[in-house]
Amino acid sequence: MRRTVRRLLTATLAAGLGGAALMTLANASAGVQRLSAGPGQLSSPQLIAEGRQLYQEGCASCHGLDAGGIPGKAPDLHRAGAGAADFYLSTGRMPLDNPGDQPVRTKPRYSGQRIDALVAYIGSLGGPPIPKVDPSLGNLSQGMQAFTDHCAGCHQVAARGGIVTGAFAPSLVDATPTQVAEAVRVGPYVMPKFNRRLIDDRTLNSIARYVQLTQNPVDEGGWGIGHIGPVPEGMVAWLMGLAAVLLVARLIGERTE
Amino acid sequence: MAAALAGAALAAVAFVVVYIVSADTQLLGLSLGLALGCLAVAAILAGQRLVPQEHVVEERPQFGDVSEQQQLELELVEPASGISRRKMLLGVGSLAGAAVGVAAVVPLASLGPSPGDEIGSSPWRRGLAVVDEQGRQLGPEDVPIGALVTGFPAGADPRELGSPVVLVRLPQNQLQLPTDRADWAPQGIVAYSKICTHAGCAISLYRYPLYRPTSPGPALVCPCHYSTFDPTRAGKRIFGPAGRSLPQLPLAIDQAGKLVAGGPFSGPVGPAWWGVRRT
Amino acid sequence: MIRKAVRFIDERTGSASFLGKALRYVFPDHWSFLLGEIALYSFVILVITGVFLTLFFEPSLAQTTYHGSYAPLEGQHVSKAYASAVRLSFDVKAGLLMRQTHHWAALVFVAAIVVHLMRVFFTGGFRKPRDLNYYIGLTMLTLALVEGFAGYSLADDLLSGMGLAIAYAVALAIPLVGAPLAFLIWGGQFPGSSDFLSRFYIAHVLILPIAIGVLISVHLLLIALPKHTQFRGAGRTEHNVIGTPMWPGYALRAGGLFLATAGVLFALGGLVQINPIWQTGPFEPWLGTNGVQPDWYMGWLIGALRLMPGFEPHVFGYTIFPNPFFGGILLPSIVFGLLYLWPTIERRKTGDHHAHHLLDRPRDNPWRTATGAAVFSFIALIFLAAASDRIFVSFGIPYTGQVWFFRIAVFVVPVIVYRLTKLICEELRDSDAHPLRGSATREVKRQQGGGFTA
Repeated sequence: MRRTVRRLLTATLAAGLGGAALMTLANASAGVQRLSAGPGQLSSPQLIAEGRQLYQEGCASCHGLDAGGIPGKAPDLHRAGAGAADFYLSTGRMPLDNPGDQPVRTKPRYSGQRIDALVAYIGSLGGPPIPKVDPSLGNLSQGMQAFTDHCAGCHQVAARGGIVTGAFAPSLVDATPTQVAEAVRVGPYVMPKFNRRLIDDRTLNSIARYVQLTQNPVDEGGWGIGHIGPVPEGMVAWLMGLAAVLLVARLIGERTE
Repeated sequence: MAAALAGAALAAVAFVVVYIVSADTQLLGLSLGLALGCLAVAAILAGQRLVPQEHVVEERPQFGDVSEQQQLELELVEPASGISRRKMLLGVGSLAGAAVGVAAVVPLASLGPSPGDEIGSSPWRRGLAVVDEQGRQLGPEDVPIGALVTGFPAGADPRELGSPVVLVRLPQNQLQLPTDRADWAPQGIVAYSKICTHAGCAISLYRYPLYRPTSPGPALVCPCHYSTFDPTRAGKRIFGPAGRSLPQLPLAIDQAGKLVAGGPFSGPVGPAWWGVRRT
Repeated sequence: MIRKAVRFIDERTGSASFLGKALRYVFPDHWSFLLGEIALYSFVILVITGVFLTLFFEPSLAQTTYHGSYAPLEGQHVSKAYASAVRLSFDVKAGLLMRQTHHWAALVFVAAIVVHLMRVFFTGGFRKPRDLNYYIGLTMLTLALVEGFAGYSLADDLLSGMGLAIAYAVALAIPLVGAPLAFLIWGGQFPGSSDFLSRFYIAHVLILPIAIGVLISVHLLLIALPKHTQFRGAGRTEHNVIGTPMWPGYALRAGGLFLATAGVLFALGGLVQINPIWQTGPFEPWLGTNGVQPDWYMGWLIGALRLMPGFEPHVFGYTIFPNPFFGGILLPSIVFGLLYLWPTIERRKTGDHHAHHLLDRPRDNPWRTATGAAVFSFIALIFLAAASDRIFVSFGIPYTGQVWFFRIAVFVVPVIVYRLTKLICEELRDSDAHPLRGSATREVKRQQGGGFTA
């Protein structure tokens, strides 16, 4: 009930006070669309064959016909693993228009079933599988501590993303638990990777659960203004707080001769 | 205006009711804001419409009447005119005043120790084991390539600026340490102070490329002002405002195959101060 | 009843005639004269909400284990300061409302001071006899910045801890005395002795608010003694002041403004979340989060720290000026030094030593206005630079590119702004020779035979 009230008030406030610019800043980092399809774990020979077909149409120009990589352009995918393939494809990071760009989250290029086929094909080339993760087995407190220790430096403590010189760390508002686990194990682009000695499976469950919480954080204080700290707070103080009071001052002080 | 006053009363009552029933922060803020806002409207309307609107001309006092100034001057100086040895007394008087002033501020020194040896120091010394946040001793297998690991000196206070280090493992062929540090990186594992040499924040960002040719190279980055250091080249600054390299901690592997310090840091830890040694 | 009260007061203080005069004190009407009042009212709200907070906050760095309503913190080792700040947000009725209102009021307080300072600067309100009061105002702004930062630092959450680390580095960067000074403030090397937080607390809740309160009283007295300034206009001279008397018209309107300020602040405090420390988590010196920002009024300092290229002058391998000195000490010293010296600078330049009670419009003094605008644009750009990491995350403009852009822009843009402002002011002044407040537009009529007359 309290949450509903808060949502209602928040929505009214956001609309009524017209903080459009703020909303842009706050939401620009949000991704495009939540992925509906789950990770494919099937790998029948037909699926692998279908995947190889898709691979040769869509990926071979950079990664090579035999998935052995093209030096200076794209890496060898042997032993890259199904986890990496699922991460890059289900977040729309691959295929990439220009091999030098930072892969960023977009609408996936392939349907869920085609992703399953591609993942089955890359998985058949060896490497770690899609990690199993179950947020419901995680512990929020452990998740918060591990996230602060390992992830907040780049992804920001509320998982709203941040920068590393030369690249940016994406916001995690759209990341599924599986994608979080994949990224932790794979270390995509310039992200560090964490093996089981550093982050064991139980801790990984906890991190996934904590990331889920940050996607819908406890905003006891009202409108969350993007959860990125003092920059939007300063904008609200000036553009809503002081502006409102100035308007009153203007109304009562105008009265001259 | 009556409506505004009624609104204020209603909203204030709502505030009390919300406080008793649920104390929801949003409803409390809304009702209290409304109550005060309605009162504001009423007061402003009253000020603009209800009471007579006067427009008054008032004389402004003029400051700086010279004869009054002279009078004051005279009263200040006159009583002293009879005193002999005025200069001497004035001199001793100011001396006494200054001395008492100094005596009054000296106790402020109790606030803190002199920086002495403490500043920039570190508990790390040769043979001290590297442990994680839980106190578990770290071995080379805990620092795989591409991971960022935070280590602490065994048995020391982890909150001390000289304590936390970042450990990363790099492929041997990428390491370009100076020759005198050639044996500081067993199995390609290097350790640097985790405290940024610019403003003292924790180096908690690590950039390590999955595929080197199409991404930026390895870097340690501070999240406060984005000073960027190269772990392959002895913590040299490659971007941002930091003025010094990250102090490097020589590493070694002990008999049990665990990581230990091979010596103290290569330089003073933490943000710089006047006169700090640069390396 | 009024008669009884008046008699009671006057028979004991003899102040009836004084109070009568005070009620007739004249306030010239212009909305821009209310900016300082907004700051004053925010201060009142700060004191009220602040007193409430002190009843629940525990300024101690001693470690404790969190048990409370916010599940992700359950069982974490945190300082008592942090635990009590979270507890008063979640488990004290109206506690979060007070905490958030306090924080919003602090942001609006400093913003109102800055806007008020700009009004005083651009209208020449700082000239004799009010230069003295101008210095007091500047001192209050300085104290407000320190006071705000101290408050931000008390919660011992991740953001405040990182802010303190930077403050320590800036203190350390002061030439010669930096290290001993920082050790005095922190009671040792950062993160400091266990006394540190209670020291900041006493500064925040006692020393600084009282200093600001005393200065406010002196500020108001020094406004009342020579009476208010006024803009030029019908009948207004250097020797009079025309406007609304305090009672009843002005008092009601000013009271309305106070209520409106309070209403806006409490509404913000209830509806818009600020500094959710439970999401930020507790601080440890080895932890960090991306996108570290201070409250807005410190933004220019972090912007300057980030823009500064990484150089540290040194001799024989020993550092002379640590890098944070330039952005954290030198820049604010220059800006505040310029502000403090401005009345003197202007007197020197114009040779005008007279008292002034009639205000300039910004255009009346193109040189002053242009200089002020240039300095303002310089600081505004540094502010913007402080947000460039968030600009990158939100809009994708590369960070390093932005840093280089700002490094150049902070020197080029003010020059352009100076020239442009001066030009506009002179244009306006010349086209509107009659110094009447209001619009500079003139009626343009088409003549019957063609052509226009103005």
